[in-house]
Amino acid sequence: MRSRVNDFAIKLANVNGTGSASANSLIMQAIFRMGVPVAGKNLFPSNIQGLPTWYEIRVSRQGYSARALDYDLMVAMNSQTYKRDVDEVRTGGHLLYDSSWPLDAELLRDDIQFIGVPLAQMCNEHFREPRERILMKNIATAGALIELLGIDGTVVQQLLEEKYGRKKALRESNQKALKLGADYVREHFDCPLPFHLEHMHANDDKILIDGNAATALGCVYAGATVAAWYPITPATSVMDNFKEFCEQFRKDKETGANNYLILQAEDELAAIGMVIGASWNGARAFTSTAGPGISLMNELLGLAYYAEIPAVVIDVQRVGPSTGMPTRTQQGDILECAYASHGDTKHILLFPANPKECFEFASTCFDLAEHFQTPVFMLSDLDIGMNDWVTPKLTWDDSCRPDRGKVLTADQLEKMTNFYRYLPENGTSVAARTLPGVHSKGAFFTRGSGHNKLGGYTEIPDEYQEVMDRLLRKHKEAAAYAPAPEILRRSGARVGILTIGGCDPAVREALDMLADMGKPMDYMRIRAFPFHKQVESFLAEHDYCYVVEQNRDAQLCSLLILETPVPKDKIRPILVYSGFPLSAKNVLDVIGIQVEELDAVYR
Amino acid sequence: MPSIVKPRIGHPSLARNEIGLTVRDYEGAMSTLCAGCGHDSITAAIVRALWELSTPPHRLAKLSGIGCSSKTPTYFVSGAHGFNSAHGRMPAIATGANAANRELTYIGVSGDGDSLSIGLGHLCHAIRRNLKMLYVIENNGVYGLTKGQFSASSDVGTKSKKGEVNKMAPIDPVQLALSLGATFVARSFSGDKQQLIPILKAGLAHRGFAIVDVISPCVTFNDHEGSTKSYKYTRQHELIATESDFVPPASEILAEIGPVGATSITMHDGSVLRFTKVPDDYDVTDRQAAQSYLREHSNEIVTGVLFADESIPDVHELNNTPKNSLASLPFEKLCPGSAELAQLQESFR
Repeated sequence: MRSRVNDFAIKLANVNGTGSASANSLIMQAIFRMGVPVAGKNLFPSNIQGLPTWYEIRVSRQGYSARALDYDLMVAMNSQTYKRDVDEVRTGGHLLYDSSWPLDAELLRDDIQFIGVPLAQMCNEHFREPRERILMKNIATAGALIELLGIDGTVVQQLLEEKYGRKKALRESNQKALKLGADYVREHFDCPLPFHLEHMHANDDKILIDGNAATALGCVYAGATVAAWYPITPATSVMDNFKEFCEQFRKDKETGANNYLILQAEDELAAIGMVIGASWNGARAFTSTAGPGISLMNELLGLAYYAEIPAVVIDVQRVGPSTGMPTRTQQGDILECAYASHGDTKHILLFPANPKECFEFASTCFDLAEHFQTPVFMLSDLDIGMNDWVTPKLTWDDSCRPDRGKVLTADQLEKMTNFYRYLPENGTSVAARTLPGVHSKGAFFTRGSGHNKLGGYTEIPDEYQEVMDRLLRKHKEAAAYAPAPEILRRSGARVGILTIGGCDPAVREALDMLADMGKPMDYMRIRAFPFHKQVESFLAEHDYCYVVEQNRDAQLCSLLILETPVPKDKIRPILVYSGFPLSAKNVLDVIGIQVEELDAVYR
Repeated sequence: MPSIVKPRIGHPSLARNEIGLTVRDYEGAMSTLCAGCGHDSITAAIVRALWELSTPPHRLAKLSGIGCSSKTPTYFVSGAHGFNSAHGRMPAIATGANAANRELTYIGVSGDGDSLSIGLGHLCHAIRRNLKMLYVIENNGVYGLTKGQFSASSDVGTKSKKGEVNKMAPIDPVQLALSLGATFVARSFSGDKQQLIPILKAGLAHRGFAIVDVISPCVTFNDHEGSTKSYKYTRQHELIATESDFVPPASEILAEIGPVGATSITMHDGSVLRFTKVPDDYDVTDRQAAQSYLREHSNEIVTGVLFADESIPDVHELNNTPKNSLASLPFEKLCPGSAELAQLQESFR
């Protein structure tokens, strides 16, 4: 068999709650440290112990990081899913199993190679405690993989050193288990396998981080001081990380006080209420949640929109509707967030594609929210938020100062005859606001009920409409301030592909494949709503455009049709919404069905 | 809500408080509630209490939810920022506001629908957090703005104006607050300003969450025979458990010492709350005794400061936040900068 270096995919099938995660991340991290482009996807159940869980690792010297969908090596450690797992191995691939027990003859395939390692038996012989035997079985598996895949042993030793430094007993049992697995496969099989790893230098300026940690860090750097939330998968680790970073960076050096306050609310109704209250009072405040939380927040989001109070909402999307599949990914909250709340409301949305953008956009959210005095949503998702991504190092410009928007000081108010909250200077769409406690002249009554441009209660039609029309102008104006789309052009392109968020790696890979097939296409990744003017021109420039998104109802397509002049018949939705992160193959499968139309364009 | 601007001309001889303001400076817009509404009396008591405490108007934040009661913050202290939020959500908004700036004085005005039905959960958790604020429930046992439905505080057997009889047991905010561990619990009657003003002042001086349930008859929908929250019923059934006299810290030394047997409580800000006419067996610092007393007198409307504990830290003390407002922290103290970011990322490899 032809040798393939740094280009393969493996899948590890396990039972959750058995400690497989630490072995998975050890492998993932070791490959990263070898300087090889790598991506890991954790496909886990909404459960604590006993259900099937998978971890996929894709190694690609070209840097493709979307799911591969066919696997060179399956590590089949879960009898519940054994049949399905065996089926997923590509012809000519390998399957690693625990040979402590005989392999069911029904599961055998003659087109793949079976690698039997008596993992349970070895661990039972070498470890005494039942718990340790289970945990170390995963590490022994990792040991076998290190040998089979040609992972650098010194890198692995270094990682164990860093992780268990002073915990000698733990380090030693891990080393022992690794050696058990490695020694066995070295004795019994040809190592490494035809597909394996060799050192590269692709990761010198990269880090391995999940989107939720990067988001939390963005909130710290933006100067957020009040955070309110209600626990929910897959957003919980945003706040867990925010707390950790605050403990590290926000303990006041002079006073020892905590320069932040995290409020675990009684529900999401309260969480957004707290954010609004804190923002009204001049703090940078945010909440992190998922779709079900946004549903509850709808009521007060309308209040914040209409009363013009900043609010930052981090939505780490998961599969809906209802409880849906909490541990699976989707982009199903686009329309919910764009028009959240009753009555006429429109919000600003940012769509990060990776942890680096999570960091940057989280910070941008606060600037936009305070500049435009309105709720701003960042729509991340479970794939970006909870998987480790190899991403360029995060950078921060120390000269950067937050845009706090128009806020009147006590001196400015002192010099004014009258302050009117909703009366902007000529031609602008945002009026200055005042903060409580600053000056009596700035006092006014914040309300969600009908108000006129002076801030007074009104039920008079013209007065009501005047304010609502300005809010619409304000929303449109935000398009120029929000992140512009990312556009990549190829010569000879007639058709475009649009997408958002975490679809990015899969779509880019599909674009390369299409170009190889003689069908070059232009690429646009939308990064914000309201849509930048480039979005309209891109749609106009192409014969038609595919729109790739992860929901059933073509929500991005709907938003494009509603909010741009694009004719509906110029849009071809590509919808993948089964809950797992996107693969280039998903994109090509749909395009393949419509190949006649494509052939006609590229004739 | 609609409001009418009130002319702000005061007689030159009006008394001035410590910061040189007259009681007129603490008024707001003209009330648009029904004439004779108990809520207007509470508004007047709040105006008086804040004037007597010399609270600078711009250092006050007044918040409310939705309902007749929630309209009233427009009617007091027009120099203070107000926030008329959404139905039942005021405790959440107030929690965020207080989190951002602990230096202001917070008054939340709510009603029985706002606090005991749609916003019950938020009220409970504001109590648990011991948020530093005065929380006034203007309790009339009826939904006024939607024209006369029973509320969660309507007593069993109460008749609506249409003659319907309530069959469900009420939620008593005072018993609820005591069982949740509230640190300041009081009840009063809108028609009894003598009692209400010192209670409001004590609540404002309290270290944490001060809940004051004020029975406030609805003249339009709930002031008739068969109502247990009418003026007539309340006057006939009011039982004053404690009469409080509030002495602000600045004038403490000048205060007369109360009658023998009275309980004095030093509030968190140093002021003293003195209780007179306390029944022999009533101890305002004993939660269980307060609960028992209320149960024993369940046929009466027990009023006064019913429980107070100044030893429990508020949400900021619990979280070790700075003494000053979080919102006023300079960006330089909040953003760790590029060097820290570079160093941190060594752990992401």
